[in-house]
Amino acid sequence: MRYLPLSQPDRQAMLAVIGANTIDDLFVDVPVAARLSGSVAGLPDHASEMAVERHFSALARKNMAASHHPFFLGAGAYKHHIPASVDHLIQRGEFLTAYTPYQPEIAQGTLQMLFEFQTQVARLLGCDVANASMYDGSTACWEAISMAGRITKRKKAILSSGLHPHYVSVAKTMGKFTGDTLDTANPDLSATTDSARLIASINGETSCVVVQYPDILGRIEDLSSIAATAHENGALLVVVVTEPVAMGAIKSPGEMGADIVVGEGQSIGVGLQFGGPYVGLFACKEKFVRQMPGRLCGETVDAEGKRGFVLTLSTREQHIRREKATSNICTNSGLCALAFSIHMTLLGEKGLRDLAAINHANACAAADRLVQIPGVRIVNASFFNEFTLELPRPARQVVRALAERKILGGVSLGRLFPGVTTLENGLVVAVTEVVSAEAIEAFATALAEVLA
Amino acid sequence: MTCYFTLDHEWIDVEGDGATVGITTYAQEQLGDIVFAEVPSVGAVLIKGGDAAVVESVKAASDVYAPVSGTVTDGNGALDGDAALVNTDPEGDGWFFKLTLSDPSELGGLMDDAAYKAFLNGL
Repeated sequence: MRYLPLSQPDRQAMLAVIGANTIDDLFVDVPVAARLSGSVAGLPDHASEMAVERHFSALARKNMAASHHPFFLGAGAYKHHIPASVDHLIQRGEFLTAYTPYQPEIAQGTLQMLFEFQTQVARLLGCDVANASMYDGSTACWEAISMAGRITKRKKAILSSGLHPHYVSVAKTMGKFTGDTLDTANPDLSATTDSARLIASINGETSCVVVQYPDILGRIEDLSSIAATAHENGALLVVVVTEPVAMGAIKSPGEMGADIVVGEGQSIGVGLQFGGPYVGLFACKEKFVRQMPGRLCGETVDAEGKRGFVLTLSTREQHIRREKATSNICTNSGLCALAFSIHMTLLGEKGLRDLAAINHANACAAADRLVQIPGVRIVNASFFNEFTLELPRPARQVVRALAERKILGGVSLGRLFPGVTTLENGLVVAVTEVVSAEAIEAFATALAEVLA
Repeated sequence: MTCYFTLDHEWIDVEGDGATVGITTYAQEQLGDIVFAEVPSVGAVLIKGGDAAVVESVKAASDVYAPVSGTVTDGNGALDGDAALVNTDPEGDGWFFKLTLSDPSELGGLMDDAAYKAFLNGL
């Protein structure tokens, strides 16, 4: 069979049906200025594979790769060490071939792995049950808001000012089409979060309160009182975790009364990967399981009484429930979930606690060193492996100046909250186990020079 | 007490301005083993023909519709732990919810026992 089976008469016949004369007529909505006419200026028609590789390698060398320089970027994506065994194991043929485990008789490997993943996520987040993963943290966050709406039959969610602005943006986009109202606010550079605002805003119309923990500035707060007020008003507490390694050091959201806990699982087993693909975590209390989106694996027994695994409760899903499904997600981030699960298995509970302790110790060392620089103030009263500094001037320029000195020195709040002048001096600094004492010293020295 | 039936295989047993609603023996047979039922909460206002409850079997998930409009006065809590009651006693202990009718004239559009039997014979 030919790969491109259409002849010119075939195309003309199809164009005639939709009332267009040429293929170009289909693109009239694209502004003229944005349309290509002929070849791209400066781009040669032909080049050898070797020449292209050489050219692109030279372009790639202009990037500052995360592994090549002192690296302090976080704000939702974290650079952790991934053991070589993770990459080796995820490439085993048994995992690569069994993609969609609808036939349990031939997909026990994938199903068992997803069951293990769910168990790990549920224990990590302190919940009864977790699903087989979502696309990423931000979509999981929206799904949690949507799920809270189904459970409470209310459409008003209150979002903490400490929620990652990109997550807020995803929720706003989805809310436009579902009619959900989102009560949002910007954070300020103070040690306390806006929990007082959240508690004061909860009422009988609130579907859920969404709080990030640790929050976008790295702050950590007990969420029990928010949970209590939410529950008194028939609302749910949704907690978002963008750095799951923190769960090795701090109380889980489930223990503080969260009803739904979602997160970004990238930190465990998954590289930075230019921003994706990542793996969304989704867990909740057992009583809400039927309103949960996504795939769920369950343990059962086969006809001979032997232990086995299946996709379960799929009556919630789109292939059975059609338009009344809990979500349009019919899949999961299988490969990233596998990497998460293998890394978590290699760590074990003790390993995770040790890893978390190293992260926190490194971050404390960095914070202690950086606040010695004149004009630099730390915003946080508490943090895990990420904290916010207030600099004497806008952080975006400082980050650029640091990059010129070969230091990737954090994420400026000016970048995360464009146009919010009260935040522009804020710099979010993440310090994981990959950051050495030398890197911290190099960062501090460069920052002192830039601010001098 | 008078019992009426809908084309969607719900039954409604009416006494005064109150009524009890469930799904018929035929409906539970078609669904197979029922594993979960979600009943409406007390005070919920139902519109005739609108979603009232959910019933899930090993084969499918289906909605149970309100045969008439009204306000829910009770949901069958027993189904929470034992949804199979809908299989074993669909027109008795396996009831879904009770409601107060807001417009008893809506009953006129429903089938009686004989009409429902004739309807089933025609399926």
